[in-house]
Amino acid sequence: MADFITLRSDEATQEPVVTLESFAGQSNATAVRIEPGEDARLLLGQLDRISLVEVNFPAYTDGRGYSAAQILRESGYTGELRAVGDVLIDQLAYMRRCGFDSFKPNAPLDDADVEAAFARYPDVYQKTIDGRTPIWAKRHEDA
Amino acid sequence: MKILTANDLATGDVVWWAGDGWSRLLEQAVDTGADGEDIGKREEAARHVVGAYVVDAEQTADGPRPAHIKERIRGLGPTVRPDLTLKPEAGDLTAWVI
Amino acid sequence: MYQYDNYDQAMVDARVAEFRDQVARRLEGKLTEEQFRPLRLMNGLYLQLHAYMLRVAVPYGTLSGKQMRMLGHIARKYDRGYGHFTTRQNIQYNWIKLSDAPDILADLASVEMHAIQTSGNCIRNISSDQYAGVAADEVADPRPWAELLRQWSSFHPEFSYLPRKFKIAVIASAQDRAAMRLHDIGLELVKKDGVIGARVFVGGGMGRTPIVAPEINAFITEDEIISYVEACLRVYNRYGRRDNKYKARIKILVHELGVEEYRRQVAEEFAHMKALGLNPPREELARIAAHFATPAYESGLSDDLDRSDPDFALWVDRNVTAHKQPGYAIANISLKPIGGIPGDASADQIELMADLAERYSLDELRVTHAQNIVLPYVKKADLYALWKELEANGLGEPNLDLVTDIIACPGLDYCSLANARSIPVAQKIASRFASNGRDAEIGELKLKISGCINACGHHHAGHIGILGVDRKGTENYQLLLGGSGAEDCSLGTITGPGFDENGIVDAVEKATDLYLRERTEGERFLDTYRRLGMAPFKEAIYG
Repeated sequence: MADFITLRSDEATQEPVVTLESFAGQSNATAVRIEPGEDARLLLGQLDRISLVEVNFPAYTDGRGYSAAQILRESGYTGELRAVGDVLIDQLAYMRRCGFDSFKPNAPLDDADVEAAFARYPDVYQKTIDGRTPIWAKRHEDA
Repeated sequence: MKILTANDLATGDVVWWAGDGWSRLLEQAVDTGADGEDIGKREEAARHVVGAYVVDAEQTADGPRPAHIKERIRGLGPTVRPDLTLKPEAGDLTAWVI
Repeated sequence: MYQYDNYDQAMVDARVAEFRDQVARRLEGKLTEEQFRPLRLMNGLYLQLHAYMLRVAVPYGTLSGKQMRMLGHIARKYDRGYGHFTTRQNIQYNWIKLSDAPDILADLASVEMHAIQTSGNCIRNISSDQYAGVAADEVADPRPWAELLRQWSSFHPEFSYLPRKFKIAVIASAQDRAAMRLHDIGLELVKKDGVIGARVFVGGGMGRTPIVAPEINAFITEDEIISYVEACLRVYNRYGRRDNKYKARIKILVHELGVEEYRRQVAEEFAHMKALGLNPPREELARIAAHFATPAYESGLSDDLDRSDPDFALWVDRNVTAHKQPGYAIANISLKPIGGIPGDASADQIELMADLAERYSLDELRVTHAQNIVLPYVKKADLYALWKELEANGLGEPNLDLVTDIIACPGLDYCSLANARSIPVAQKIASRFASNGRDAEIGELKLKISGCINACGHHHAGHIGILGVDRKGTENYQLLLGGSGAEDCSLGTITGPGFDENGIVDAVEKATDLYLRERTEGERFLDTYRRLGMAPFKEAIYG
């Protein structure tokens, strides 16, 4: 069982994580946590000093964190992007597609289930920030 | 009286708490008193049923009659398809439902 | 029509395997019901009043004979011998076992069908005009765009846990046969200076807060539709309300922000998205469009019809629509037999319609938002033979768009959300108006019945609408007048106090009696209502 999953090759950031509100005022902080109602765009001017963004999912049915992740990645953020909270097997693949590269679930996840979830879909229909080639592009690659 | 209904987890069939287990027949539903919610939670946790809830009902000569039309239809089947109710031989039971 | 390639098939097959695994984990106890519910909903599986219910998508309402036959097979093998066609071009089965659901999805996948995202807070089945490709007034066949949107919305990682469900319709005619402006996003394809693009309407819907969608953008070129829709969704996903499920639809967000502000936010997001290359290239749209190419029509066919059988002539006049190709016709199959259950079809009937499509309609059928079926490519010379078979099998009711062609939700007979039964009211109204011939005398009258405020029966959009409510534990019905889901989209107004089941039938009759007295030449019920206003109708109903 895994209580932390990372897809990154570097070490997980151990820096203390501060709230979005206090992050702006703490120029030495490098790790920040975003709650569902908070605007990820507030971080855009400071991406180069951030090594970890935690996006909280208090309930997995609240999908705002997916947009927060996409916005950060689309804006060039390359640091660790961690989904925390109600992170379950069946949402892992979507989270990864939106740019999350580490996961800290409230309840540990079965390793085999995690592996199966990431491997489930052979292809993707949308272009997202994960860089995978969407089906519509593959169809015309050979032509 | 209070009776307890749910759906069988695997089949989806409507069931009623009959005291020592679940029955598809509303007439076998028993008064759960104040225990209905606990029984429902226990049975859901045991993965026998899903969607358990307690219903007000009145005891009649034919068995419990739920207080609300929704559970009377639930107990019988769709009024517009008497052939698919639990009592197809009884024909149109709209009067009992209303 | 569209056919899967290996990519599409692999995605749908993966979904079946995923759901098989999820059902197994549920039955083993690795998933709680709370965790499982959104997963089963995203595969169309509800827990309803009597059992599990499975909703299967018919993307943009188009299907082949083989696919239709599979729908019949599922009705027979896994259900109780019938299915229910819905207002969003889906079919529902009412008596499904959870343990059978993965096998059903596998059967569907074998004919390139699925139940993906037919429920849940995600992007639902893309709906469209049932006459797409054969309507004389369309600027293009809307289905290639609908298919493009289907693929884009399938397994969309960012928009699978939205504040609430999300419905998109695409049409390409000035005539709206898909209730486009009552969708979360409605796209109307239009041509400007020879270029195809879309008018974009956002924030329509029915339910407890009915709103006709305002226009958000007058013209988005066809190459940018996906990224524009993506921008519309992102604003919604970020700011749509999640504190109250009754205020979570995009219509509330657009309403609360105001159209101007919503449009501005979308424009800002769109400017950002344009740079991301989210739109499939033209070649992909062309690849899809090739599947919807004009069929090989026979030329030189006669437009003559032998109308000597009066029953046939009546059916032709009521249920057959002009086709853009000489010698062909569009045949509507009514699923509204007098006294029957609106939208229901037996396994035998479904299989028969599959056969008829293969024999008479170039192997294609359509499902309409009015819960009927269309055979879009029938040679006029074949109409009589087709009608004979429909007639013999309870599918020949000549009542398209009449007061007996009622849209009705399943209501309290099947639905755990309902407050009142819808079907018996539909049956009583149809029987009364058919028994004295007044249905034909009245002409077009769209009557729509919902068994609760969620409005699955489109009561807000009925020329006459009926809403079932719970009044102290008994069924009660409110009457609405003046709604329309068509291009003259409007929302009905409640007449006044509600009625019991017989009372609502009488009230409908009083309203139509007034119409028959007051109408001018060529005026539909809706037109007369709009001309006279509510007062005389109220007087006729309650006076």
